[in-house]
Amino acid sequence: MIRHDLLIVGGGLAGLSAALGVDPGLKVAVISKVHPLRSHSVAAQGGINAALANHPDGADDAWERHAFDTVKGSDYLADQDAADLLCRRAIPTIYELDHWGTPFSRFASGTIAQRPFGGAGVPRTCYAADRTGQVLLHTLYEQAVRRNVVFYDEWLVTDIIVRGGKIAGLVAYDLAGGDIIPLRARAVIFATGGYGRVYQRSTNAYINLGGGIGMAYKAGVPLKDMEFVQFHPTSLFGKNILITEAARGEGGYLVNAKGRRFMEDYAAKAMELAPRDIVARSIQTEIDKGNGFENQFVHLDLRHLGREKILKRLPGIRDICIHFAGLDPIDRPIPIQPAQHYSMGGIDVDAACASPVEGFFAAGECACVSVHGANRLGGNSLLESIVFGRIAGESASAYLRGGALESGGDREIAETARALMARMRAVHEREAGENVFQLLNQLKRLMSDTAGVFRDAETLRRGLDELAVLREAYRRVFIYGSCGRYCQEMVVLIEFEHMMEIAEVILLGALERTETRGSHFRTDFPKRDDAAFLKHTIFTRSDKGPVITYRDVQIGRYAPQERKY
Amino acid sequence: MIFKILRYDTLKDARPHFQEYRHEPRQQDTVLEALKDIRDTQDPSLSFRYSCREAVCGSCGMVINGRLTLACRTQVRDLRSEEVVIEPLPNLEIQKDLIVDLTPFWEAYRQVEPFLQASGPVPEKGHRVAEEDMEKVFQYITCILCACCYSACPVATRDGRYVGPAALAKLYRFAIDPRDERPFSALERMDGPEGVWGCDTVFRCNDACPKDVRPADGIEGLRRKLIAGKTKRLFRRKP
Repeated sequence: MIRHDLLIVGGGLAGLSAALGVDPGLKVAVISKVHPLRSHSVAAQGGINAALANHPDGADDAWERHAFDTVKGSDYLADQDAADLLCRRAIPTIYELDHWGTPFSRFASGTIAQRPFGGAGVPRTCYAADRTGQVLLHTLYEQAVRRNVVFYDEWLVTDIIVRGGKIAGLVAYDLAGGDIIPLRARAVIFATGGYGRVYQRSTNAYINLGGGIGMAYKAGVPLKDMEFVQFHPTSLFGKNILITEAARGEGGYLVNAKGRRFMEDYAAKAMELAPRDIVARSIQTEIDKGNGFENQFVHLDLRHLGREKILKRLPGIRDICIHFAGLDPIDRPIPIQPAQHYSMGGIDVDAACASPVEGFFAAGECACVSVHGANRLGGNSLLESIVFGRIAGESASAYLRGGALESGGDREIAETARALMARMRAVHEREAGENVFQLLNQLKRLMSDTAGVFRDAETLRRGLDELAVLREAYRRVFIYGSCGRYCQEMVVLIEFEHMMEIAEVILLGALERTETRGSHFRTDFPKRDDAAFLKHTIFTRSDKGPVITYRDVQIGRYAPQERKY
Repeated sequence: MIFKILRYDTLKDARPHFQEYRHEPRQQDTVLEALKDIRDTQDPSLSFRYSCREAVCGSCGMVINGRLTLACRTQVRDLRSEEVVIEPLPNLEIQKDLIVDLTPFWEAYRQVEPFLQASGPVPEKGHRVAEEDMEKVFQYITCILCACCYSACPVATRDGRYVGPAALAKLYRFAIDPRDERPFSALERMDGPEGVWGCDTVFRCNDACPKDVRPADGIEGLRRKLIAGKTKRLFRRKP
């Protein structure tokens, strides 16, 4: 059996940052279902927030202002102590990334450049043109190579083994070898990313199935705030590829089919740079009112920015438009529509990234600390991944230093591995059955139809009913190919089981939260209700299904007020 | 339309073979979307790598109608052909179907010490870097390490020891970064036929690169740096 002190699952920004934050004396490995550089962090475009105060319009910026914007953006559901921690650590984090080689764009003075972003009081977002996620992921991977971090690439973790409330180990499927591998670990950090592909329309990579979140839940780790799903206002119509918020930060307009900058009607002051929940709803409202093009999209117009600015600041966006929509944004407006983008909710952890299961930590999009509350600000997710990834690495190291004893568990881990093999064999031996890829497509449609930008009790109940039908179908699932090497059927089959859990808690959390807050808009309850719901939703799994409880939000300096932009 | 896809399971098949699928893609479908649809509806055993579907993760490099490119960024209708032939990346061993073993590619990457080497503690307000100096690096940081250039390189075909265009472009990216302080000896490790002098300068890498990195510019730049550095050293020595 492979033995480590600490296993980090996920090779995106949070996982790599965790690996760089652990004590060098520990035996650590990073497990990733794809090569780490293929992780979804690579697709982030616009930037990463830190109150460096480099921009002339933000010379008096301070981390406290960043924290305030984050809390207000969250519709006051963020824990304010955690938001403070995030924003305070943002500043040294950016300088360290710079020292590690991130090629941040510069101002003429040679300092790190900053641009305006939605929901931020001042220009605070650091960037490398519109490839910020790519350069950050490459930088952290490069540093991990420098430190000889051990990687198990293209291994899918399939099971978490908990013994007496303590982590004991994992089981993984090695795609290249085709083997099921038991792994022993004294501590585990999950950095497995979001669940975007539970939805039909998503800006996320195809691999973002969210298996990690569902797997933790099945192993008994509670989830938090799952009903809060971010829909990005501007995804490329048809493909739903992300068109960065920086396009609006640099001055882009949103225009409806009547040629009007309609954000005037929704956020007269902030206009296009209102927070994402508000802009996404405004766009969807315009489309629903018949003010869209083909009843499906509106325009993001960059033409007035001019050729030079587009080439310099938004070259990646231009490439995407040319290659995926056949248009050049220098000459033509970009057709855009809202699409699922980010998971605010996730594995329930505290500000030290610790979960209620001893030795089990989580960071990044799969986790919910919570710093984003009901709506995340643009430029805060790269930051959260890196800052809390590092904190998770530090916390796990401290936990291991505390003399966490070997708790045994070899037998359970080996049994779980054997059970998985037996299950796969049984599925394979069926004569016929359901195709898991088709089930996945059905699940995505279901979620987009019933738990989208706007929801109400009727759509959510329908979603739960249809999900129950899908669960039945999944019992008849069948593998067509041979379940040996690179069996992607098996990957999706395993993840799909966890995705159904995620879908259920999103629907149920949204049904039970009879108010509107941040990204969660109930057309039948369109007002925020602080008296009843200034609380985190906690989901715990039981034999009878999810059990929902509520936990108070940590309020600090900022008393909840109405959000106006 | 007909999709002819190379199939090979090294554990089961004696040799690779083409399998034909009939599939009618939607108007704007990419080759990756077509592959996914074929897999989802016709043959779930078909294996290929994918992730971002927007040409930034580097997973889906393959040969499409004879051309090295990313499947996600290739529109089927732009191929202007009723037949689409899809093969895995050359110069690398096939693992299964369109999936190749990238180990030699990643080993070459590691050989060039692909990380910034800046000494001392983190500067309190960050490094000061002239705007235009930082932008010089931008040509190379768009590289997504998809290995299309490595697969296109005739030198890599005949000599597995050659580190290839992507790794050398990566090294050059650090060599021109004002924050990097690696010693000249770090560049000299690539001062041979396995490094910059291995390149035949036929620029197949530039043609194959889906991100317009022009890796050969980096190789050329490294050659100049090496010659300049050695010349300088020559003249510093007393006769």
